[in-house]
Amino acid sequence: MKAVEIKKDIYWVGAIDHDVRNFHGYLTQRGTTYNAYLIIDEKITLVDTVKDTHTDEMISRISHIIDPSKIDYIVCNHVEPDHSGSLSAILKYCPNATIITCANGEKGLEQYYHGNWNYHIVKSGDAVSIGKRTFNFVLTPMVHWPDNMISFMPEENILFSNDSFGQHYATSGRFDDEVSKDEALFEAKKYFANIVLPYSNQVKKELEAAQNFDIKLICTSHGIIWRSYVADIIQLYHNWAHNVTQKKAVIAYDTMWKSTEKMALTLYEAFVKKGYEVALRNLQVNHESDVMTDVIDSEYICVGSPTLNSEIMANVAGFLTYMRGLAPREGRKAIAFGSYGWNAKSVAHIEQYLQGCNYDIVASFNQQYRPTQDDLQQITEKTIQLIS
Amino acid sequence: MSMEKYVCEPCGYIYDPAEGDPDGGIKPGTAFKDIPDDWVCPVCGVGKEDFSLLEE
Repeated sequence: MKAVEIKKDIYWVGAIDHDVRNFHGYLTQRGTTYNAYLIIDEKITLVDTVKDTHTDEMISRISHIIDPSKIDYIVCNHVEPDHSGSLSAILKYCPNATIITCANGEKGLEQYYHGNWNYHIVKSGDAVSIGKRTFNFVLTPMVHWPDNMISFMPEENILFSNDSFGQHYATSGRFDDEVSKDEALFEAKKYFANIVLPYSNQVKKELEAAQNFDIKLICTSHGIIWRSYVADIIQLYHNWAHNVTQKKAVIAYDTMWKSTEKMALTLYEAFVKKGYEVALRNLQVNHESDVMTDVIDSEYICVGSPTLNSEIMANVAGFLTYMRGLAPREGRKAIAFGSYGWNAKSVAHIEQYLQGCNYDIVASFNQQYRPTQDDLQQITEKTIQLIS
Repeated sequence: MSMEKYVCEPCGYIYDPAEGDPDGGIKPGTAFKDIPDDWVCPVCGVGKEDFSLLEE
């Protein structure tokens, strides 16, 4: 397998995972890539590695350019095993290579691999020259692990952004303008919603730091490299990190005998009537990671479940647990709803989760058995009054 | 002295004034408000501004 030269003497040497469909609970319907970059300079430098399942693919691409034993530096921007998983294997070729990472990076790598490797530890603002080129490092803790950092190469105007700006998107094209722009931006949105969203404050700081760089290429660690749409993706990251919402509602629910579904459809009609874009997501057929992509820019988040044995349905509990971990912390309005037979518990359970998300619960609708037309009309009227 | 605990929003680490953060140069008995502004979370590295009062 061949490397792809992205600029003179700078190569993409990563791996394409066409088959992966579940990334620790995040459905990756378009697969993903693990991006590593090789720079041929006075010090031959590898930026990140790939998941261990794809080590041979990376080594094959590196070997297409140089003998891997010649690698001097390996920049490790992130400890997570989809980027560090091939370190042990590549270091067998170049045991004297130095790993450039931050203090939390060293700590994490040693706790994962116990390699007792050579490290050069960098802090924010540190620069490392590799000859004609320089890496300027910015630590970006908790975007999205303690060890994350990004590195800017001013001579080439390249930001090695690791997971930031990434997408789970396996394509034959390596650049944003070689694939569908809409697909690339959608997958970047899904990635932000499922990985980065709870760390929006840290993303804001990262974006502030990036403002100091004249970025022409964003070399991510997943998906395509941003080249033609750098401004677009930075603007979108700005919007997502600043909690910018659309006139949009997401309605996520499960139902037993269609009563909660009738309530969901009634909410749907009310929001549509008031000009909202509405994502109606039955959790029996929609995955929580897809629903998160709708949550990211929704003004209203509505969650419904009937009471099932004093609890809520497991699909809804799973979604709420997932969303509570990822929730944007401010500025969202929520509606809880659900039906019950004899023990009205579900709405209170849902409210508890929504409070844990820090959402403002603006309405709750409880319905015993089947709602009548009058019951549904009341939901419609109250909802329209709320959103008008 | 204020013995209120503070939680690191991004990673969940809890600063307990009784323990301080000796590795980070913060002696036991130091109230959160008296920690220098350049101190960072000993677990994840974010700044003091990303901590909030722990409500127990």
